[in-house]
This record gives sequence, structure tokens and C-alpha cells, in this order.
Amino acid sequence: MTTGGTFGTGEGAVPAGVGEALLRIRGLRKSYDGRTVLRSIDLDVAEHQVVCLIGGSGSGKSTLLRCVDLLDTVDDGTVHLGGVELTDPRLDANAARRRIGVVFQSYNLFPHLNVLDNVTLAPRKAHRRPRRAAEQQAMELLARLGLADKARDYPDRLSGGQQQRVAIARALATDPELLLFDEITAALDPELVGEVLDVVGDLKQRGLTILMATHEMGFARHAADRVCFLEDGVIREQGSAEQVLGDPRHPSTRRFLSRVLEHR
Amino acid sequence: MDEYTAAAPLPADDATSPGEHEHPGAAADDGYTPSAVRLERECYRRARRRRDGLIAAACTVALLVVVCAAVVSSPGWGNVHALFLDGAEFRRYFGDILHGFWLNVQMFLVSELCILVLGLVIALVRVTQAPGLAPVRWAATLYVDVFRGVPTLLLVFLVGFGLPALQLQGTPSSPVVLGCMALVLSYTAYVGEVFRAGLNSVHPAQRNAAKALGLSESQTLRHVILPQAVRNVVPPLLNDFISLQKDTALVATLGPLEALRVAQIHSDYDFDYTPYLVAALLFIAVTIPMTRYADRLQRRATQRQWAEAGR
Repeated sequence: MTTGGTFGTGEGAVPAGVGEALLRIRGLRKSYDGRTVLRSIDLDVAEHQVVCLIGGSGSGKSTLLRCVDLLDTVDDGTVHLGGVELTDPRLDANAARRRIGVVFQSYNLFPHLNVLDNVTLAPRKAHRRPRRAAEQQAMELLARLGLADKARDYPDRLSGGQQQRVAIARALATDPELLLFDEITAALDPELVGEVLDVVGDLKQRGLTILMATHEMGFARHAADRVCFLEDGVIREQGSAEQVLGDPRHPSTRRFLSRVLEHR
Repeated sequence: MDEYTAAAPLPADDATSPGEHEHPGAAADDGYTPSAVRLERECYRRARRRRDGLIAAACTVALLVVVCAAVVSSPGWGNVHALFLDGAEFRRYFGDILHGFWLNVQMFLVSELCILVLGLVIALVRVTQAPGLAPVRWAATLYVDVFRGVPTLLLVFLVGFGLPALQLQGTPSSPVVLGCMALVLSYTAYVGEVFRAGLNSVHPAQRNAAKALGLSESQTLRHVILPQAVRNVVPPLLNDFISLQKDTALVATLGPLEALRVAQIHSDYDFDYTPYLVAALLFIAVTIPMTRYADRLQRRATQRQWAEAGR
């Protein structure tokens, strides 16, 4: 961390341990066609933490994740990962992306590759690992996620929950420093949500660092170290899961939670 | 969005903030001014774009110089220059060939219209499920199979010389009409396939949604499937039309005075190939704008597909 934090260090910035944050976002701003989606986001994710982003659709959760993974270029502000500024245009964006694992809402598995090839593609091509080593590691991963017997199957033969677990295995296969999950259970049938969330819980136990957008308040409450409520492109409230979900202070957080929870 | 921003506790907007460069979205409603980091980044990106532009220009010029040098220094350049690039010939025959080219454009326009209509009919016949239309469906399939397989030039000969030889009542005798018929026969087979691909490219869920609303088979086709199909195939259709525009020159073999034929006559008379160059330039002058336009449509279609696929 060499660059001084010059952005929006006022209110809302995370108090302790700023120096050690693995992911450090300051003053992030992003607009599409003149419509501002993110206004001024300050967010830290420390190593081994699970941070959940909650908020209505269009609140900017997905955009935030896309900006961190450099799938979109930011308008303003900085994103640092382990001391390296990802938002620097001089940076090799592909090298930066190799340090981050992403899982999308709609799985996005490669339909022309079987499960094993889906998982080993990035290790073999982007990280240039030998096939044998990559496949051995992939098989271990798949076994851990309960998918060992599916290694030779094609994605269209798998259930949504299985596909999403393969997508998680694919994201893990490159040993990323940070995982980004973008509403990974939103496209799943209710009875399949559990198997995917169990995997995420397991990853937390193993000490991975995860930033995830989610609608699963129950999961956020017991698994998240911190919960951030986004609305209208700003973080309205952030804190421990207990506090934000159990005792929300900001009126719009309360409004959002009551809207979400009343249909349970 | 607006009701949110109105309700949100944002600092009062200090009017349009000064010193704004042309930032999209910089005229923000929340008193946002670009940070130094952003300005520095944009400065760097501008410099990089400038550098990329310079590299592109330098490479282009270098390539042109090399190509020109290679052509001009080739042993036969003197002959070619005299035979193909005769300025006087160019000026003398340009008007004549342009006049012939007008016939190409007319043939193109008329054929295109017929091809669009007939191609769509063929495609519709091939995708309908009605059992009574089975023989028509088979005939359409046979037609497409046969006429996609015959070289267009061969078809021009067959129709141009064969049809009048039948001496049937009412068969046209004008070579222009016969040539256009051959082009229509050939291209309808292709365009029919393009339309069919378009009809098949519409997601089955759309058909189900229309059915669920109680639309009949033909209403579904007319109001739901066809509009989407046509939108999807405009770029490949344009591609076929560019090719058709060129192929009107094949009708020259039947004798009408279109651009190629006129050029051929003048060229034979003067033993000079410059008229061919004139004809080629005229064809290019029409096809290049069409190609550019097709490219643009293609790009837009791709972007739309991405948008539909979602982020």
C-alpha cells in the first residue's frame, strides 16, 4: 500500500485495519450512457473475510463487482488488490483478472467443454500449468464439491446447482486471491440454493476472501463478516451482519429489509 | 432514478461545476467533480490513443509505399500502365460505360425486389408444418437444392439461350429480362435459406408465448416470428445483395449493353483495357457503401445480442 488514500476517507470508510485490506475501493464512480450507477463507493475487504452486498435490483451491486474484476472500466476512483492498483490503465488487465475468481448468476459454463475441461481451461491456458497437474488439482476440487463423478459430463447434463458448483470450481482452479460472487443463487430453484450456499460456507471455513452480491439474507446473516447495503449507487449502511440485518440504522435499509422479508 | 436522487440526502448541487472537460456523466446531479486521478488517467488514455493513431498511420503509409514500389518496379509495369491506365481512354469512354452501368443498377433493383419476395415465400413454405402443403414443401426444397448447386453463369446461359429456344407463347425474348430471371432463380435459393435461418433463429419460447396468448399459427408467424426473423437476417441479406450487384455483370454474356459489355466493346476496338478499369471502379463505387452499411448493421446486431444476453 504505497498510494495514500485520498478519496472519500470521511464518513463511511472502514475504520480499523485499512492498511491490511486485501481489496480496497475508494471513491469508485461508474456511469453508463450518462446514468450514474455507482456514485462514491468506499469499501474494504480484509483477507479471509466474507463481505455481502445487499440491495434492490439496480442498486449497483453487479456493477461494483464488474468494476473490481475490470470487466468494466471505472469512471473515477481506485481499486487496489493487495497493494496493486487495478484501475491503473497502464496495468495489464488480464494479469489482474488472473488473481480474481468470478462466479456469475447464470453460470456461464462453456457448453462445448466437459466439466473437467471447463475447470482446467484457465490453469492450463492463462496460467500455463501442465495438463496433468491442472487436471489433478481440478479433480481434487471437484471431489471436494461433490462433483467427482461428473468430471467427464457436459454442462447441459447437469442440474443448475451442479452447474453452479462447477462454475465455483472453475473460479477456484486458479487459486485466486479474491472471489467475486454475483448473485450466484438467484437463477437456481429454491431446493438447489442450499447446496451452493453450503459450498460458499465451506470456502469461508477454508479462509478464502469473498465479496458477494446476494439476496439470501439468512445466509448473509450467518456467514458474512460484514454486510453492505447499497442503494442508488452508494453504500447507505455497512457493518456486521448482526447489526445491519438485525438492527438496521438507516431508514432505507429498514425499508429494504422489510420489503424483502415480508414475503417469506 | 429521479425520485431516489430527490429523496437521497445528497449535498446541494453547486450548480454546474466549472472546469469540466468533456466527461460523459460529469455534469452530475450530486455535485461530482472529476478527481485528479481520473484526469491523469484520461490524459494517459488520450496520449495512448494518439500514439496508436500515429502507429496506424505510419504502418499504413509504409505498406502503401512498399506496395506501390513493388508494382511500379515490376518488369511489366510499362505495358500495364499503357494498357490499363490510359487517361484519354478513361475520359472518352467514361460516359458510355456509366450509361451502361445504369442498366446494371436497374437490373439489380428489379431482381432484388423479386428475390426478396420469392425468397421469403420459399422460406415460409419450407418452415410451415401444414400436411397439405407437403408437396409444395418438397418442391421448394428441391428447388433450393438444385439452384444453389448450379453456377450462376451457367444458369444465365441456360435461361438466356434455353428459354427462348422452347418457343413457348409469352416467354420473354429480351436478354435483360432473361438475365434477370436467371439471377432471380439463383439468388432466391440463397435468400430463401437466409430467411429460413432467420425464422429458425427466433427462440422457441417466443412461439410458445404467442401460442399461450391464443394467436393462431399464421398470426404468430406474422406478428411475432417474422418481424424478429427479418431483423436478425438484415446483415446477411445485405451481403447477398452486394454479391448480386456484382453478378449483374454476368448478364453481359447475353449481349445487352450494360457496363461490362460496353467496356468490352470499347476495349476490343482500341486494344486498350482502360474501359474495364472504368467498369470496375463503377461497381466498386456502389458496392463499397453497401459493404460499409452491412458492416455497421452487423455490429449493431451483435451489440443488441450482447445486450439481450445481459451483463
